[in-house]
Amino acid sequence: MTTKAFQKIYTKIENINKATVTVRAQGVGNDELATVGGKLAQVVRISGDEITLQVFQGTEGIATDAEVVFHGEPPVLKVSDDLAGRFFDAYGNPLDGGSAVEGEAREIGGPTVNPFKRIQPSELIATGIAGIDLNNTIVSGQKIPFFADPDQPYNQVMASVALRAQADKIILGGMGMTNDDFLYFRNLFENAGVLDRIVCFVNTTENPPVERLLVPDMALTAAEYFAVDKGEKVLVLLTDMTLYADALAIVSNRMDQIPSKDSMPGSLYSDLAKIYEKAVQLPGGGSITIIAVTTLSGGDITHAVPDNTGYITEGQLFLRKDSDTGKVIVDPFRSLSRLKQLVIGKKTREDHPQVMNAAVRLYSDAANAKTKLENGFDLSDYDERTLKFAKAYSEKLLAIDVNIEITQMLDTAWRLFAEYFTKSEVAIKEELTEKYWPKTA
Amino acid sequence: MKTKGKVTGIISNIVIVRVEGPVAQNEIATIELGDIRMMAEVIKVIGDDAYVQVFDSTRGLRVGTVVEFEGHMLEATLGPGILSRNYDGLQNDLADMDGLFITRGLSSKPLDEEVLWEFKPLARPGDTVEAGDWLGEVQEKWIAHKIMVPFVMDGTYTVQSVAEAGEYNINDTVAVLTDASGAEHKVTMVQRWPVKKAIKAYVSKPRPSRILETGVRPIDTFNPIADGGTGFIPGPFGAGKTVLQHAIAKQAEADIIIMIACGERANEVVEIFAEFPHLDDPHTGHKLMERTTIICNTSNMPVASREASVYMGMTIGEYYRAMGLKVLILADSTSRWAQALREMSNRLEELPGQDAFPMDLSAIISNFYARAGLVHLRNGATGSVTFLGTVSPSGGNLKEPVTEATQKAARCFYALSQQRADSKRYPAIDPLDSYSKYLEYPEIVEYLDERIEPGWAALVNKGKTIVQRGKEASEQIDILGDDGVPVEYHDRFWKSELIDFVILQQDAFDAIDANTPLERQKYMFNLVLEICDRNFDFEDFQHCVEFYKSLINAFKQLNYSEWQSDKFAQYRARIDELVSERESKN
Repeated sequence: MTTKAFQKIYTKIENINKATVTVRAQGVGNDELATVGGKLAQVVRISGDEITLQVFQGTEGIATDAEVVFHGEPPVLKVSDDLAGRFFDAYGNPLDGGSAVEGEAREIGGPTVNPFKRIQPSELIATGIAGIDLNNTIVSGQKIPFFADPDQPYNQVMASVALRAQADKIILGGMGMTNDDFLYFRNLFENAGVLDRIVCFVNTTENPPVERLLVPDMALTAAEYFAVDKGEKVLVLLTDMTLYADALAIVSNRMDQIPSKDSMPGSLYSDLAKIYEKAVQLPGGGSITIIAVTTLSGGDITHAVPDNTGYITEGQLFLRKDSDTGKVIVDPFRSLSRLKQLVIGKKTREDHPQVMNAAVRLYSDAANAKTKLENGFDLSDYDERTLKFAKAYSEKLLAIDVNIEITQMLDTAWRLFAEYFTKSEVAIKEELTEKYWPKTA
Repeated sequence: MKTKGKVTGIISNIVIVRVEGPVAQNEIATIELGDIRMMAEVIKVIGDDAYVQVFDSTRGLRVGTVVEFEGHMLEATLGPGILSRNYDGLQNDLADMDGLFITRGLSSKPLDEEVLWEFKPLARPGDTVEAGDWLGEVQEKWIAHKIMVPFVMDGTYTVQSVAEAGEYNINDTVAVLTDASGAEHKVTMVQRWPVKKAIKAYVSKPRPSRILETGVRPIDTFNPIADGGTGFIPGPFGAGKTVLQHAIAKQAEADIIIMIACGERANEVVEIFAEFPHLDDPHTGHKLMERTTIICNTSNMPVASREASVYMGMTIGEYYRAMGLKVLILADSTSRWAQALREMSNRLEELPGQDAFPMDLSAIISNFYARAGLVHLRNGATGSVTFLGTVSPSGGNLKEPVTEATQKAARCFYALSQQRADSKRYPAIDPLDSYSKYLEYPEIVEYLDERIEPGWAALVNKGKTIVQRGKEASEQIDILGDDGVPVEYHDRFWKSELIDFVILQQDAFDAIDANTPLERQKYMFNLVLEICDRNFDFEDFQHCVEFYKSLINAFKQLNYSEWQSDKFAQYRARIDELVSERESKN
């Protein structure tokens, strides 16, 4: 943010509160950036010549005679191929000691892709995890979050999905990330030898929370550069969106807005949608796929953040520890990928949809049997078999450490069906059963 | 002379304008930021300050920017050529917009002004006409698109002349009318109407008296929606609201479908763009897209035009209704519209009602639903607008303001249940919580007697009772255990499961099962209820479970088979065999 010639400097701040300052100035544009006593700020409200500025780092230490300089433009990111392999803070300044990236300055949080110009997503993203590939297939151009409790290994699972998926670029937007997690991602990418495909924008827990609000827009502006200008397949990882929403709540609270559910701003849905809807399959072959993390408190998905997220994203993935096998699995009941219908049975083998549904149904019968057992009732022979099936299903398919191809997953499922059930219990269309039921169980 | 004003304040997308003349509530204003012309709507006036909501991003807007007021409210442009188009909430044609991104101020024309339409006169010189009367018609796709006396014309007029049959574009004069004072009024094929006002060019609005076939069994068989009726589908995310709405859009027996994608995912609209041009309308054999118009304001498009989009869709629906057509409007999701109202009300610092929604939310929703309905036109024809909206209750909890307000306004309630969705019982319409008030209308009961079979409504109630009793039995079994209850309890439970699996569940992704015509629904429902009437002998509950499981499996194969095909007959025979093996001999 270099100072320009004849730039007007204001030195009389009228009001100061925790997050905003008010100054009298003329000719200021909405959303414009400014520097207040050396700290970066953004115009959030204009009333006549009274300009309210949100100071990202907080207003601690700002004096009423601090210098206020308006930049004359909204936040921008300089984009070029040199972004690849670099680590930045929330403002787009290098964190890795390297030089600043030169390139075209683009406003962050730019316009929407015309829905009519979008292409229907149809390319499968294989992750090797059956809980995803078999039950909740992810498609390029999709947006899907992990709904996870803070103690679950969501960042690790997300990182391994990112590394297995064949993306041209992986862009990490870290919000309120612990320094340890940040270093974990950095080492992982380094060790995997994929640093040249990575771009990171990180706000750690050491940075002020309001700065986080810039991270998703920075990450997605970089993503749009690679996807739109370069026609690349870009995977964007956003973690943790709950902390992003918390920052929104802080700002709206300090702006005296009436909070709606769970103290979140009334505009939460639109605010989140603006980010997630950047996921797109473009006509030129490029795509932006967003995998995010929304941490839950005590598994509560009715809280405003996961609830609004669920209405925006194309499904959600739940992690759970399976008590039978002690392994972390992707929960087949609560997880959902809305775009899977576009690829399963079309890009994958024809039996995929029915095998997936039958396995989940039988797994759910096992859950019922387990409840019966817990309530002290006798189990039928069928119940016993579903329990055995559930254990095998969870160990051989659902566990996230299993890494196999989709066709292998389907074959494994048929083997398990044949091992524990009759054809009519599995109840799959007869043409398919005849073709794929193992000849010797 | 247009009123002008200057920007004095900006809070997000609300802009305060100091005006130098009269302004009207809901008047449209244009803000000129450099070469960009942005549209806005007046939502509040205090003294000389007009508060306008901008249908675009206000980034970079400065105090002192000039604003011009247009002298009219937000209007729909109505004329031939609306079908198959994809509009945004302000009726810009998305297909005609340049570039990959919708940049600020970008607009496009709602109708093609060049194309020539083959006009046929219907009125004769000397006829006395009123707003909405048909003067002529043009062929739009396969629909006879009526050219009407513009709805804004009050009173009666005499037709002075009507254009001869021939080719005209939408702006050519096709008729000249004279009013009582002898003044001439030229009529073209295009007219404008403010979207927030209902079009009332009809004689009467009777109670709906027939049902609208959707091909979705749990709706048509269990809780039918009336032609000209209203309904809503609340459900938590993942319960299948959108899949259900798309299925209805594909299969419903309507002349015109208007799909309003309001604040939802762009990829869902892309699915319609990609699929509808290739799919056939099962009732006419024409391409689906030919009868469909899409109004699309996805969740990342400007919040203010979300509200505009539902009104735009309704106005276009009312326009086609005045031609004597059956229109079905689907809106997904009306909760997003309510949230847009909340955002505005919040920024205007109005005192909030429950969950920070505006106090008049309930009134706004009922007024909107009231615009649907069956109407008798002046020439004796009938037209209808059926409206089906989805609601996305926060946290899946139906005790929230939008669901409650909608429940007061809509007559059909299709509650999607999380539990059914979790166990993959799709469509997840809860058979016990959902209802259709139309089943209580004597005229609908009579219609069903005639259209399906005598006594149909009673049969439906019988089916519902079986489901209810099955649920009670299942609760008993859960408490007392499989062995702790008589086998009859299991039998009762599984009879309800039979109805659930065969009638209430439907595979929206299977070409045959997705759409069940009424004829087939009648057959299947009778077949299932007949089995429910029978008594079976079971040694123990395990045999009972086994029997019904194989029966359900055979029924599922039947549902997947083409109607009355050999395969169909084969599975039908298998069902008979299974039943007769088990039926009690005494």
